[in-house]
Amino acid sequence: MYYAVTIATLITMALALVRALVGPTIYDRLLAANMFGTKTVLFLSVVAFLYGRPDFLDLALVYALINFIGVIAVLEFIRERVDSDVSEKSAGE
Amino acid sequence: MTMAIDILSWLLLTAGGAFIFIGGLGALRMPNLYTRMHAASLTDTMGAVLVLGGIMLQAGLTLATIKLAIILLFLLLTSPTASNALASAAILSGLQPKEGPVNRAGRSE
Amino acid sequence: MIIILFGVFLLTLLVITALAIVRSDSLFAAVILTGIFSLLMAANFFLLDAADVALTEAAIGAGISTVLFLGALALTGEQERGGSKKRLVALGVVTVTTLIVIYATFDKPRFGDADAPVHQHVGSWYLEKTPELIDIPNAVTAVLGSFRGYDTLGEVFVVFTAGIGVLFLLSARTARRPKDIEAGDEPDQGLRHYLVPRVVGRMLIPFIFLFGLYVQFHGDYGPGGGFQAGAIVAASVILYALLEGEGAALRALPMGVLKWLVAGGALLYGGVGVASMLLGSNFLDYSVLASDPIAGQHIGIILIELGVGITVTGVLLCVFHAFAARGRV
Repeated sequence: MYYAVTIATLITMALALVRALVGPTIYDRLLAANMFGTKTVLFLSVVAFLYGRPDFLDLALVYALINFIGVIAVLEFIRERVDSDVSEKSAGE
Repeated sequence: MTMAIDILSWLLLTAGGAFIFIGGLGALRMPNLYTRMHAASLTDTMGAVLVLGGIMLQAGLTLATIKLAIILLFLLLTSPTASNALASAAILSGLQPKEGPVNRAGRSE
Repeated sequence: MIIILFGVFLLTLLVITALAIVRSDSLFAAVILTGIFSLLMAANFFLLDAADVALTEAAIGAGISTVLFLGALALTGEQERGGSKKRLVALGVVTVTTLIVIYATFDKPRFGDADAPVHQHVGSWYLEKTPELIDIPNAVTAVLGSFRGYDTLGEVFVVFTAGIGVLFLLSARTARRPKDIEAGDEPDQGLRHYLVPRVVGRMLIPFIFLFGLYVQFHGDYGPGGGFQAGAIVAASVILYALLEGEGAALRALPMGVLKWLVAGGALLYGGVGVASMLLGSNFLDYSVLASDPIAGQHIGIILIELGVGITVTGVLLCVFHAFAARGRV
C-alpha cells in the first residue's frame, strides 16, 4: 500500500515539473516549485518510514521549513522591484 | 484492533494519494494562474494531512510519530502561507485574476 | 529493487530539468528550476542512503542558493543577453567527451557490489574501527571529523576563503550602509505590510533556529553536522531579514559580529588542533583532550563541528548582506 502512495507522489512530481517547464508566467513556475517541494517532503517521509529509518525524517523536516523561504524571497524580490519602480516614477514626475 | 488500524491507515493513504494526484492534474490543466494555485494548494495540504496521518497510525507511539506530527504541523503552517505570499506577489506585479494582465493601480494598504 | 526504479525515474526528471535550465532564456525561470534540480538531487542522495549529503543539498541548494541567486538577479537584469549562436565545435567536443565517459562506465563495478574496490581497503577499516576507537553511531561524522580531520580543516578554510572573496568583491561599493538606513532616508521595510507571511514567518524563525542547533549537536547520532546546521541557522536569519527588512537583521547581527563568526569558527577548528599539539600529541589528535581517549574524541568532534557550523553561518550571512546592501543598480 505504501508503494501506491509513493507512485502517486512521483507522478505528481512529474506533472509539477511539466508545469514548471511550460508555465507562461514565473508565478506558474514558482507554484510548481512549491508544490514539488511539498511532494518531496511527503515522498521522503513515506520512504523513510517504509525502510524503517526514522532518523531520516529529519531530512523531510528541514525541507518543509526551507521550502517556505524560497517563496518569501520571491515575494520580497517582487515587492522591492515594484517599490523602486514606483519611487522612480514618482521622482521623475 | 491492529486490523482496524491497518484498514484505517490504508484508507487514509489511498485517499491521500488520490488527492495528491488530483492536485497535480489540476495544476496542469487549469486555465489561469489563480485557478492553478487554488488546485495546488488545497490538495497539497489535504493530501499531506491524510498521508502523514496514515503513516502516523502505522508507526504507533514512537519517536517517528512525534517527528511526523511536527512535519505535519510545519506543512500546515507553511504551505497555505506560501500560497498567500505567491498570490500577493502575483497581484503586486499586476496579474489580475482574469485573462491577461491589466494596468497596475498601486499597492493597497 | 523498486527503489532502483524510483531512482531511475528521478534521474530522468533531473536530466529534463537540466536541459530546461540550459535552454531557458529567462534567468528567473532558470533560478526556480535550479531549486527543483537541487530537490531532485537531494531525493536521489536519499534513495542511495546518503542522508548527510542529502540534508546538506536540501538545506543549501534548495533554500539558500535560491535566495542568493534572486539577490544577484535583483542587481542585474532578468533576461539572458545575446542570442545563442550555433557553436558546432563545442557541441562536437562535448559529444566526444560524453561518449568516452559512457564507454568508461562499462568498466565500473555493479551498483551495490560488495567486492567493489571502494568497499575494500580503507572503507571497511573505518567501519570496523569506528565503534572501538570513536564510539559514535554515525560513521560519516566519525570519518569526517576524526579520521579525515585534515580534509575537513581544508574545507572550512575553503568556505572561509570564499566568504572573504565575496566580501572583497561586493563590499567595495555598497549603495546603502547601515547608518544610512537608520537615518531614515529610505524606509527599508521588508514584508511588513503583508500580515500573513509576516506573522507565520516570525512564528517559525525560532523553531528553524532551534532545529539548526539540534542538527548541529545531533550529528554524532544521526544525519547532521556542522555544514547542514550552519546553513539552517543562516536560513532562519535570512528569513528574518526578508520579513523585517535588511536593516533590522543588521541591527540584530551586525556586520562586525558576522566577520568575527566567519573567522572565529576556523580559529576554533585550528585551535583544537593546536591544543592537542600543546597537550603532547599530533595536530588534530583528539585523544589527548580528555583523560579517556574516547571521551577526548567526542569532545574534539563536537568542538570542530561547532567551528564548522559557526563559519558556515557567518559566511552565508555575509554573502547575503553583501548582495542585499548594494541596492538596485
